[in-house]
Amino acid sequence: MALSRIRNFSIIAHIDHGKSTLADRILQVTHTVADRDMREQLLDSMDLERERGITIKAQAVRVHYRAADDRVYELNLIDTPGHVDFTYEVSRSLAACEGALLVVDAAQGLEAQTLANAYLAIENDLDIVPVVNKIDLPAADPDAVAIELADLIGDAPENVLRISAKTGQGVEAVLQAVVDHISPPDGDPQAAPRALIFDSSYDQYRGVVAFVRMVDGVFHKGDKVLAMAQGTRFDVEELGFFSPGMRPAKHLSAGEVGYIITGLKDVSQLRVGDTLTLAKGGAELPLPGYKDVKPMVFAGLFPTDSDQYPELRDALEKLKLNDAALSYEPEVSQALGFGFRCGFLGLLHMDIVRERLEREYDLDLLVTAPNVAYRVEDVKGDWHEVHNPAQMPDSGDILATEEPVVRASLITPKEYVGTLMELNQDRRGEFQHMEYLSEDRVQLVYDLPLAEVVLDYYDQLKSRSRGYASFDYDLLGFREGKLVKVDVLLAGEQVDSLSLITHRDNAYKQGKALVEALRERIPRQMFEVAIQAAIGSRVIARETVKAKRKDVLAKCYGGDISRKRKLLEKQKKGKKRMKQVGNIEVPQEAFLAVLDINRDGAAAS
Amino acid sequence: MRSSAEHLYLHVPFCGHRCGYCDFVTVTGHGDLHARYVDALISELERERPRPRTIFIGGGTPSLLGDDLLARLLAALPACEELTVECNPETITPAKARVLLDGGATRISLGAQSFQPHLLATLERRASPDRVLDAVAVLREAGLQNLNLDLMFGVPGQSARDLARDLDQVLRVAPEHVSYYELEAKPGTRFTHRHGGALAAQEELLEHHYETVVERLRAAGYRWYETANFCRDGRRSLHNLGYWEGRDYLGLGVGAVSTHGLERRRNLASLPRYLAAVEAGERPPSQVELLTAAERGSERVMLGLRLDRPLALDGLDDVIDADELDRMRRAGLVAVSGSTISLSERGRFMANDVVSTILR
Repeated sequence: MALSRIRNFSIIAHIDHGKSTLADRILQVTHTVADRDMREQLLDSMDLERERGITIKAQAVRVHYRAADDRVYELNLIDTPGHVDFTYEVSRSLAACEGALLVVDAAQGLEAQTLANAYLAIENDLDIVPVVNKIDLPAADPDAVAIELADLIGDAPENVLRISAKTGQGVEAVLQAVVDHISPPDGDPQAAPRALIFDSSYDQYRGVVAFVRMVDGVFHKGDKVLAMAQGTRFDVEELGFFSPGMRPAKHLSAGEVGYIITGLKDVSQLRVGDTLTLAKGGAELPLPGYKDVKPMVFAGLFPTDSDQYPELRDALEKLKLNDAALSYEPEVSQALGFGFRCGFLGLLHMDIVRERLEREYDLDLLVTAPNVAYRVEDVKGDWHEVHNPAQMPDSGDILATEEPVVRASLITPKEYVGTLMELNQDRRGEFQHMEYLSEDRVQLVYDLPLAEVVLDYYDQLKSRSRGYASFDYDLLGFREGKLVKVDVLLAGEQVDSLSLITHRDNAYKQGKALVEALRERIPRQMFEVAIQAAIGSRVIARETVKAKRKDVLAKCYGGDISRKRKLLEKQKKGKKRMKQVGNIEVPQEAFLAVLDINRDGAAAS
Repeated sequence: MRSSAEHLYLHVPFCGHRCGYCDFVTVTGHGDLHARYVDALISELERERPRPRTIFIGGGTPSLLGDDLLARLLAALPACEELTVECNPETITPAKARVLLDGGATRISLGAQSFQPHLLATLERRASPDRVLDAVAVLREAGLQNLNLDLMFGVPGQSARDLARDLDQVLRVAPEHVSYYELEAKPGTRFTHRHGGALAAQEELLEHHYETVVERLRAAGYRWYETANFCRDGRRSLHNLGYWEGRDYLGLGVGAVSTHGLERRRNLASLPRYLAAVEAGERPPSQVELLTAAERGSERVMLGLRLDRPLALDGLDDVIDADELDRMRRAGLVAVSGSTISLSERGRFMANDVVSTILR
């Protein structure tokens, strides 16, 4: 297809603002899917694409549309991951497009996530088609939302399309607008091929499948291909496009969007954002914008039942095949036994992984309090990354510490501005700016340590704004922070899995809250339990669980012996469930005290 | 088959009133059944023909039986070294005292529980403090040489002062033997239902109470020879020693328990079924629990360490975790001497914890 007849676009929308419904309607209007095969939310269904035994999520679907000029256009609708944690992936998806539909719910208005992605689209020089959806809703206020949208992109409110994806009203106009207002791709079909990988997926029979946007040149089946940033080489086993099922093709050429079956066995060999070219005679320069995404949030995952450890390992291995951003390494905790310390892009990514492990792999998991990646400079001047409080060196061995900082954008009705500013201040936020998006809605921008965000920031944001405020963030990088490790000693013995890393100003408060929580969770027993929180050798908080002075079976005669024996057996079993730290018995729930503390301690501030 | 047990227990389930905290097999009213029950016990005795060293008649309230019935029961018993009868103070009259002592009782166990009226009311005990003192006087008058008083601490509302007053009174009465129990509020009893909150709140106070009991009685010359039992002049309860030393025992009567080797037999709690069976010449309906050797071994440890004498470890290797035993020794809770162990002073206060630690 001539470049002038191709349009590549994505849909930017907040969750529930109708992205999937609109995508479905587009498939239907263009007869890509026969009406009788139409199912709700076709693009969202993970196990729909079953052909030749492979199962792949359609990340890009090709439709043909006969426009007002009576010509048929090839429209490629590229899906974007929906959340803050995947900003980089979103930006790569957008980089594969020339335009975007910016879809906003007529009753809800703009949300922080939509705004963030809209800015990403503007930064990527995308042509934006503003759309107000759900105009059929009784609570819809299309005019007000159209003004917000128009302000955002610098357009006139009357140019904002008003549709109902649900009823189909206005959907044809959307397709016509895609043809009219989104630029055709401008690659060079004659040049050495360059393709941007905007997503990838793993299939157990055929290996890694790359989703690509051809920028220049042509790829054919059988080409020997190089991923330029990572240096990975492979042969193109098959290529093609989705419509909406996989359709093999002879070639993919400049401007087109499709898939390449690589035969590679590990998604980490092919990273989103990398450029594919020919291994011989390929392009010299990769496409711009590649970066190596690194996990920023870490947590320990432990099977509740220690027998499930091998299953957890297998499940993580399988998930990792499909999720290059997930990292994991074995971890042994005094309290929780064998598990893995896993790295995630963010909290949502963590939730997704956890949910998939529990749901798809039927595992029962204990997840420790998340912490961020810290950078530590040792006395020799070498920098190390620390993913686990237990790995943090003693303060005497540290010259400097750095923590990840994000730029957070909040959109809120104006009456919550005060309380949200307070929240950000409490969380060591640095105010950047504030802007009225409309008479009633305000955007706040703060720079925040990611460590503060991973605690209960989101919950606080929602509760302080009665659910109205929305939130998005972008990683800015590492910044110096006065970080300390707070250790916990039980009867003088340090317990690794209770350590936490915190800002120096919060250390006392958190240490105190932690020892108090432990005191409540450690039962009185044969020996006194001294619970101390310490920074290095300096004790900052102390609580004591006094020793029990009496534990006897009051009486025991002939009729009573079996029952009393069973009581002791029960007591014995109870002891076995406890973790022995020296002479002290610690119930497992005490080790989860860190979790509560992080939340309570923060909430109390 | 003739029981080889050296210890015979007879259960008399009748009570004038069921106290709220009690979870023994007891029956109130049914005065008409007393005679049938005594006959049933006697026919069981005739069938079993035990030759015990000790006999203990417990309840319920054995002394609630009329004088004639009680005399008949006592007359049917084989001769033995120690015969204890459990009595409630309000049932003791000079005539009853004579029946008991003439019938061969060598030891009377009198349920006092407390001398504080408000605590007795909480316990739903019917005897007033004065009734207890009267009963003691009557029994002494009749020539009783070996008296046990049952007392209780941990009654909801019991202050340190209440306890001190009870101890003062115990020492004035000067029984040969004292059983001092912590009130055991068993789940499901009406008492626990009513006083659960107060019981939970007094946990630390009870530690003081228990320490006070041990301290005061010892200072007065009593030997703390078992977790909850004290005696002077060597007057230990020979019958109960049988349990604590892990020996076999035969129990007769409704709800009574016998242990022979690895077989533990528990008569069912139903009085009508018991009577019907025995009157038909059958064995009373019962359930049998077969113990494993390890369970019997665990019991030997659990029971033996209640005493202030060393426990021989022979045959207990499979039951005791040597590492944990050593840990408890190093912590000063257990003393090991040759092939015997005993609990240290503090270990005795923490017996449950220590025993459940050293058992496998």
